[in-house]
Amino acid sequence: MNGIAHTLRALHDGERALERDLRATAERHRTDHEVHHVASDLARWSRRHSALLAETGRHYGLDLDGPKDDPSPGALAALREKAADALGRRPGAGLLLLQDLCDLHLAASRNSLHWEMLAQAAQVTRDERLLDLAGDCHPRTLRQMRWTNTLIEELSPQLLTSA
Amino acid sequence: MTEGRDRTKDIWGARTPYDPGTPWPARADAHLAPGVAEDDVERWVPSASLLHSNGDAMDIAVRDGRIVGVRGRTEDRVNRGRLGPKDLYGWQANGSPDRLTRPLVRRDGHLEECDWDTAMDQVAGRSRELLEQRGPGAIGFYTTGQLFLEEYYTLAVLARAGIGTNHLDGNTRLCTATAAEALKESFGCDGQPGSYEDIDHADVIALFGHNMAETQTVLWTRVLDRLAGARPPRLVCVDPRYTLVAQQAEVHLAPRPGTNVALLDALLHEIIRRDLIDQEYIETHTVGFDDLAAAVAPCTPRWAAGICDVTPAAIERAAELLGTAERLTSTVLQGVYQSHQATAAAVQVNNLHLIRGMLGRPGCGLLQMNGQPSAQNTRECGADGDLPGFRNWQNDDHVADLARVWNVRPQDIPHHAPPTHAMQIFRYAEQGSIRMLWITGTNPAVSLPELSRIRSILAQERLFVVVQDLFLTETAQLADVVLPAATWGEKTGVLTNADRTVHLSEKAVEPPGEARADLDIFLDYAARMDFRDKDGGPLISWHDPESAFAAWQRCSAGRPCDYTGLSHDRLRRADSGIQWPCTEEAPDGTARLYTDGITFADPDTCESYGKDLVTGASTEVVEYRSLNPDGKAVLRAAEYLPPHEDTSPEYPVQLITGRTVHHFHTRTKTGRAPELNAAAPDVWAEMSPTEAAHQGLSDGDLVQVGTPRGAVRARLRTTAMRDGVVFVPFHYGYWDTPEGHRPPEGSAGRAANEGTITDWDPVSKQPLFKTCAARVTLVARRATPPVRERTDADADAGSRS
Ligand code: SF4
Repeated sequence: MNGIAHTLRALHDGERALERDLRATAERHRTDHEVHHVASDLARWSRRHSALLAETGRHYGLDLDGPKDDPSPGALAALREKAADALGRRPGAGLLLLQDLCDLHLAASRNSLHWEMLAQAAQVTRDERLLDLAGDCHPRTLRQMRWTNTLIEELSPQLLTSA
Repeated sequence: MTEGRDRTKDIWGARTPYDPGTPWPARADAHLAPGVAEDDVERWVPSASLLHSNGDAMDIAVRDGRIVGVRGRTEDRVNRGRLGPKDLYGWQANGSPDRLTRPLVRRDGHLEECDWDTAMDQVAGRSRELLEQRGPGAIGFYTTGQLFLEEYYTLAVLARAGIGTNHLDGNTRLCTATAAEALKESFGCDGQPGSYEDIDHADVIALFGHNMAETQTVLWTRVLDRLAGARPPRLVCVDPRYTLVAQQAEVHLAPRPGTNVALLDALLHEIIRRDLIDQEYIETHTVGFDDLAAAVAPCTPRWAAGICDVTPAAIERAAELLGTAERLTSTVLQGVYQSHQATAAAVQVNNLHLIRGMLGRPGCGLLQMNGQPSAQNTRECGADGDLPGFRNWQNDDHVADLARVWNVRPQDIPHHAPPTHAMQIFRYAEQGSIRMLWITGTNPAVSLPELSRIRSILAQERLFVVVQDLFLTETAQLADVVLPAATWGEKTGVLTNADRTVHLSEKAVEPPGEARADLDIFLDYAARMDFRDKDGGPLISWHDPESAFAAWQRCSAGRPCDYTGLSHDRLRRADSGIQWPCTEEAPDGTARLYTDGITFADPDTCESYGKDLVTGASTEVVEYRSLNPDGKAVLRAAEYLPPHEDTSPEYPVQLITGRTVHHFHTRTKTGRAPELNAAAPDVWAEMSPTEAAHQGLSDGDLVQVGTPRGAVRARLRTTAMRDGVVFVPFHYGYWDTPEGHRPPEGSAGRAANEGTITDWDPVSKQPLFKTCAARVTLVARRATPPVRERTDADADAGSRS
């Protein structure tokens, strides 16, 4: 597998993982309503990215799965939701939220770096298809990062200093 | 004169037709208590409406130390003498026998009367304790949209620089946070570009989610008078209900709730595709056009039709009207602000005006409306999620400047993050990091979404709740300390309406019992807390409304909302309200902003660098500078996202809630005005006849409107609106029921918010009241004969405010 194919695969896996993590965060923090809703919206972006990556991958001899069939959270999620409601009243939930946001931020940054690599490779090979793909998706990855960053900035002063 | 006419039925009063470009004729409205003649009135005291945001100027009639009526001020630019039903009758609440007259403190679970010292010592004592043990982040303030400017400013100074907390917001968050945010996104600054006088000049008026006929009855009267005159304007109405506005409209679009962005993107698509844009204006005054054009390129009317359930032809027709208007005035309110993707949608209306060059000229008005009478003042003074004087919390120079005005160190003003918004304040209280919440003049136990959650937060043992209000509201019943406040007519101060018009409202009578002006309560607290500036002097050095106003003038100097040309005295001498900015150079105020292009969006001036319209993530200064180095208006595109809660087999319809003509806020006052209460004494639900039949229901049935979170019981009225939707008016509560602050044990309630979803726009943080899934089920068949007599207003089915 050449470098481009390798990066496409890494990105595909990264976007799938990010979709899953965004959905898990959304469920776990249902009582932090903005996190819940926006994380669900942003999971859609990653879902779209992995679909586009699977499609593009074919042109590079890759057989990528694309997004998971069923984005609905399933039985485990119901359990997690219950736990989320019970936890919602405790300050500990705040620390857990900050941790989840950090993880999401790191996962999105990793994807962002991969998009960067892909775009750079596309530049030198003058691969329009890849350039378009990166140009379409990378900005959304950056917006995912800015979202986690903003939330961490806004929430941590309160959540880390309150007993 | 309107005496003798029942203005709860004759809502807009008699027509005075007028032609485009001519002044709106005066019409003198008045209402005096039965048996009081004009000659019996001892004094007329100037004031303005505190029951909606129109800012109607009026005089309060006083006799024997009591308010006995009101009359509109014919010389005023806002209403030219007219008053709406709420103004004509609402003043009676002031004299209601159940006004709070003494402070209350909770002892052994019960609220008991006490003196001011006892109550204030408790408040100050708890504040000091929390500051020592937990720091300023443990204290939060939640205020209203109905105080005077002087009071908001004082509150902002004591909370931000005195306590040092970032947790200060207002009920305006529910009301107009999106108006403010949308203006900041596009123009770098809050403040209405247009003027109500634009109605006099417009050839097309577009109302986006704004049932003006019920929310701003006097402004609607202005529109009706234009419609009755020569060359009337043509109206475009966007509302899922067939409101009175819709009935008068040339094009009525009734989109599926939650799809405003798709609709607006399609309108922009059409206008750009047909090249109905003002290229020169775009080049000179805006950035971002190419991105906007690219973003809406795929958003054809056919595409939007599939999402919004509106025909492509109707969208094209609306685009034609908007695109060919010569003087376009648009208004936006809760149908947009309280709906899914609120800011993104409101910003698209700004975009419409920008790409058509429809700003800064008579008739080219853009009115991102307010709902509450002094919502604009909370925003200017920084008593909601902004810093005073439209300063930018991300700009260190702005913070330093504010620190200079207050004579404190910049680090004494929290600015590590944007001021905490109301929904997050309640979340922090729920989690236990906020331990004291001081609520002034508002009633979250009825007005916020998902009421059982809010009640349980307020009822927590660990949360110390202070409520300052006129009556024992639903929220006050859950408080630890209740402070009796004076209100409109009982205190002096300034209030500014949605078109930047400043009015002085003067004290006409004494408040009942020991009730005190909100300003006096804040000053008392500041004194007890002994807040100091950096040189050891008192942080708050003013002592009455006049000196508080002067302090605010110093804070507003040089900022967009510059009040330096105004004073109580100047306002007293003026015939009519004056629009800010009002300075030495513009002593008579400013009718329209942006007459010579965009002026507040400069990176060094702007109030905000903007936010991502989907995620709400804030833009950093570097990014803003490179995007908009010359401080032009920013055209921000937005992609449509499906609503967060959609219908399902279990919850097959969409619930939208809203304001109707006869009540205001949580009926705290309007429910105590006999005529207004009689006109709409109880909650109801509305559906289209087809949808009702589909659910096996008919007009007059007692139904239950249930969501995954709660339920309301109401009589059904079938009326013209889109299928698949149920409308419930807010804000009915419980103070006039045996339970007092909650629904009867184990049963459905009457407050629309029992079932609404906790979700807010990530950009403006405004809660959404127009998108949640519900089911409507039968409780009991209608008793015959029909339950009520329909009034004109009912026939038009209420508003969406
Ligand atoms: S009803 Fe709506 S517009 Fe009116 S004050 Fe309340 S939130 Fe604001």
